[in-house]
Amino acid sequence: MVPPARPRKLAKVPFVELADGRLQGVVSSGSDIERVYVSSVAAGTYAFACSTNNNRPCGGARGGFCNHILALVREAVLQYGAERVARYLRVEIVDAEPSEQTIASTMMSARPPQADSAAAASVFSRFLRHLAYLELAPTTLPVPEMQWFPPSRAVA
Amino acid sequence: MVPAEQGGGVMRADLLADPVAGLDEALAAVDAVDRVLVAGLLRPQPAQAEDLAALADAVAGSPLASVVAEATEKAAAGAAGEDHFVALAAARTALLGSAHDALMARVGEATGRPVAETIAAEPAEAQAVNLLVAARSWLCDLARAGWRGIDHDVVSGAAQVVSAMLPDPALRRLATVLDGFAAELAASCPGASLDRVPARRWADLWSRALLLTLPGAAAVPATETLTGRLLPLGVDLHEHATAAQAQVHAVFEPADGGAPRLVRAAVSAPKPDTVVGAGIWQLLRPHLSLLTAVSEGRSMDLVDMPATPEGDLVWSDEHARPGEPADALATARVVLPTATAAPTAPLDRHPARIAVPVFLEGYEVQRDDDTLTFTVAGHPLPVDTDRVPVAGPLTPDAVATSRACLGLLRWDAGSFHVQPLAVETTVRKKAVTVHAGAWAGGTTDKAGVKAEKAAADAVAVLRERAGRLLRK
Ligand SMILES: [Zn+2]
Repeated sequence: MVPPARPRKLAKVPFVELADGRLQGVVSSGSDIERVYVSSVAAGTYAFACSTNNNRPCGGARGGFCNHILALVREAVLQYGAERVARYLRVEIVDAEPSEQTIASTMMSARPPQADSAAAASVFSRFLRHLAYLELAPTTLPVPEMQWFPPSRAVA
Repeated sequence: MVPAEQGGGVMRADLLADPVAGLDEALAAVDAVDRVLVAGLLRPQPAQAEDLAALADAVAGSPLASVVAEATEKAAAGAAGEDHFVALAAARTALLGSAHDALMARVGEATGRPVAETIAAEPAEAQAVNLLVAARSWLCDLARAGWRGIDHDVVSGAAQVVSAMLPDPALRRLATVLDGFAAELAASCPGASLDRVPARRWADLWSRALLLTLPGAAAVPATETLTGRLLPLGVDLHEHATAAQAQVHAVFEPADGGAPRLVRAAVSAPKPDTVVGAGIWQLLRPHLSLLTAVSEGRSMDLVDMPATPEGDLVWSDEHARPGEPADALATARVVLPTATAAPTAPLDRHPARIAVPVFLEGYEVQRDDDTLTFTVAGHPLPVDTDRVPVAGPLTPDAVATSRACLGLLRWDAGSFHVQPLAVETTVRKKAVTVHAGAWAGGTTDKAGVKAEKAAADAVAVLRERAGRLLRK
């Protein structure tokens, strides 16, 4: 079973996930409430990408991780725990515990390549799909299958 | 007070530890299927052919015999079609059904509560639904790949099917299990590098989902209506990343004076994975007034509440109104021993579905690291505190210092254990009852209020983002 996500504040980073072989998510712009940044880092290569929901490249992500990507790493560590994030991204940390700082600095010191913006559309549509879960009606018909999904006090 | 022959609190814990005849054999055949699914059926090896033959043997005396014989033969040759996979899932489900029945017979002996007869399968409506076909095709792809062969490409095949199914209440059960299963598989990709494969669990989810793709399999028609008094026992919470269900176990006393019955009422909802803890109660609370009654320690009066033959109320607030205060522990002491349990529907006969309300007292508590065991009349009964929701006042510490416990008797990984729903303990020299689901309907507890506020803020952010970005 997958341990449940840990609660975190969503104002800056409403969406983060480990999926499709990437750490990916959406970061709200600090200046324009209509704008979000769609950011991702690939597992293994750490190839990174950041652009707005209108497909404009992020000015901060030329040549290295921008603040949006660093925010993504921070929130992913809060939500999933540092160990799971490090394992998923295949970040091997020597002589230290995995943490927001050690994960980010290990990836940055590998001088990762810039990825093209191909992933952005799929990440954004996964974010919209995630939001759509709030709109689905609850039901009082029993769902016996949920017996296979007990809660857990275990922390990620 | 209550005679022992009615089960009056006298739990025969010794019977729970005794071997159950035939159980090991049934589970060995289940394990054979599970091993087959670990490696996958794209290019079956001799070991898998042997395991498939073991499955065919295990059901040789049943009505499934010929269908399963053909399916296992085709599967061993790497030529299984969708119907063959369905037959394998059905055979595995039948074996676990027999395990369920044997375990429930044992539970009946231990609690002194009579075991209800089983329900005959309802004939399924023959409707062709494209989404069911798509789901079945994905599940068959999984079986070919095997758990060791899964990668992001195979697993992501579920996303579109799930998204299309979720809005349709008739497909909600299948959508919910597929969604949780796919998320778990995605978190485990690539399968080739997994340290340990949860073979029993994934085969359970796989076969269950596969059978739910048969049209009509998920239909649970309400066949009667109930009028009388509902006395809540406790709340059992279920959750995966994108769904949650709160299930209230209760005793129903018919207004016409008939025998009290064990019933359940549930509410479930899809959710974003960032809605957790108290946020789950907030999501579910408005749709089941019973959760408020649980938090307030009240009974509810039902008028014509629809119910299924399995004892599941199909809750609708218009058929219920708040009743007199009712103490769950008092209900457990006085009414629970005389309550009869409803039978289990054919598809739901599975050891993982066993959740029988029991009341225990006069036990000793052993605590080693993070495991708790009650010694009941000299016999150990493990306690599963991990299932107690974090958004609630009941903690492993409270269970460890308890002297009476209302819980659900479950069976997992070869033994019975008890999941606490409420305990009687001492806080600052005063006797108190602590409920796992106390915050379900809301709370004034300081930690609870803080958790409620954080959860409400998180949902407000998501709703704001959805309002701005979703409808463009
Ligand atoms: Zn950026």
